[in-house]
Amino acid sequence: MCLAIPGKIVSVEEANGLRSARIQFGGIVRQASLDFVPEAQVGDYVMVHVGYAISRVDAAEAERTYQLLEEMGALEEELPESSD
Amino acid sequence: MKFLDEYRDARIARTLAKEVAANTTRDWVLMEICGGQTHTIMRYGLDEILPKQIELVHGPGCPVCVTPLETIDKAIALALHPDVILVSYGDMLRVPGSNSDLFRAKAEGADVRVAYSPSEAVKIARANPDKKVVFLAIGFETTAPANAMAAWLAKRDGLKNLSLLVSHVLVPPAIRALLATPENRVQGFIAPGHVCTVMGYSEYEGLVRDFNVPIVVGGFEPVDLLEAVLMLVKQLERGEARVENQYVRSVTYQGNVRAQEVVREVFEIADQKWRGIGMIPNSGLRLSDAYADYDANRIFDLDLISADEPAECISAKVLQGLRKPTDCPAFAIRCTPENPLGAPMVSSEGACAAYYHYRRHAGSLTKIAV
Repeated sequence: MCLAIPGKIVSVEEANGLRSARIQFGGIVRQASLDFVPEAQVGDYVMVHVGYAISRVDAAEAERTYQLLEEMGALEEELPESSD
Repeated sequence: MKFLDEYRDARIARTLAKEVAANTTRDWVLMEICGGQTHTIMRYGLDEILPKQIELVHGPGCPVCVTPLETIDKAIALALHPDVILVSYGDMLRVPGSNSDLFRAKAEGADVRVAYSPSEAVKIARANPDKKVVFLAIGFETTAPANAMAAWLAKRDGLKNLSLLVSHVLVPPAIRALLATPENRVQGFIAPGHVCTVMGYSEYEGLVRDFNVPIVVGGFEPVDLLEAVLMLVKQLERGEARVENQYVRSVTYQGNVRAQEVVREVFEIADQKWRGIGMIPNSGLRLSDAYADYDANRIFDLDLISADEPAECISAKVLQGLRKPTDCPAFAIRCTPENPLGAPMVSSEGACAAYYHYRRHAGSLTKIAV
């Protein structure tokens, strides 16, 4: 139930005082509310939970973390195989 | 998919597991709080690539599992009212109440509808002005803002036929209760990343102070969880206890302030009963007095007596990380997802369902993906 999936904002619309977006998750596009992430814009990635975006994915942080992890992974070939 | 696939990279996962092994000198018991994290651990066999000294026990973070039996019984009773439409998240339909479940009530003619989002309950209420629409609003902090929005929209738009049957639970008081139990074995926690996306992680600082236990906010992909384990092990081996954030791409210290505001407007903190565990002080949410007109508990006469859990079900111990699902004599024999004795076998986040679906029965122990 606490599942939230990252998706990319394709378009934004406003109706009845509420802001929502069409969001692409892989090959699927679904509507979700942007009420909790007013700063999110087209092209941003947001985490979506039960039809509501609950955060804007910090792409810079994700990139930085991933690079650190990549470097760690790149070292793997130089490490001996684990014995188990 | 971006921000998913890279965190499922087997090469990085293996390297992280080796790093954990290189940093581990003794036994450590760690608990992941969220059932979504439990499923990732089982699905990818993360427990099997970690060193034997690291024991992962599974926490109570499955909202479906901890929703009290009485609430399920109330939902079933309401659904059987001829003028009621009961709207629920899909996971709740097969959860056993005392004598039945919502799925069976639906088969008996009750108007039970499955919703992906609380906004669908609002739409159903608008489209059915002659019916009373009851939304079974369950969840942890992650779901509270969206559920709150259903009541907020109903009030704003003067919708008179929508109410919420609320069973909301909060993570930090549950961790406190677990740590205060004499039989507690957990030495470090992976805090739930999406709960913290909404709430931030300042609330966990008091727990670290009071119990000297490290807490790392973790994500839901294999690489996230292995990195969170590594961060916990490094702290434990150094004798440290701090709150750290592994899930930086989604979680900030203060969380989603706007979502918190909606929750504070609609709900208030209350004592809450957790199925299998019992009453935990200040561990839940109920509708505030300003939203009394939208509270199914106050609108309908719902005082029901409920029976106890089947004696054979050990879900209470499983939810507190004291026993593993496979310790249960009924596991995969008299208790299966099709015929569950307890809620953790039903929910897509239940620990018993995770063990059942991902190879931990019938002796098959094949590693998947990593």
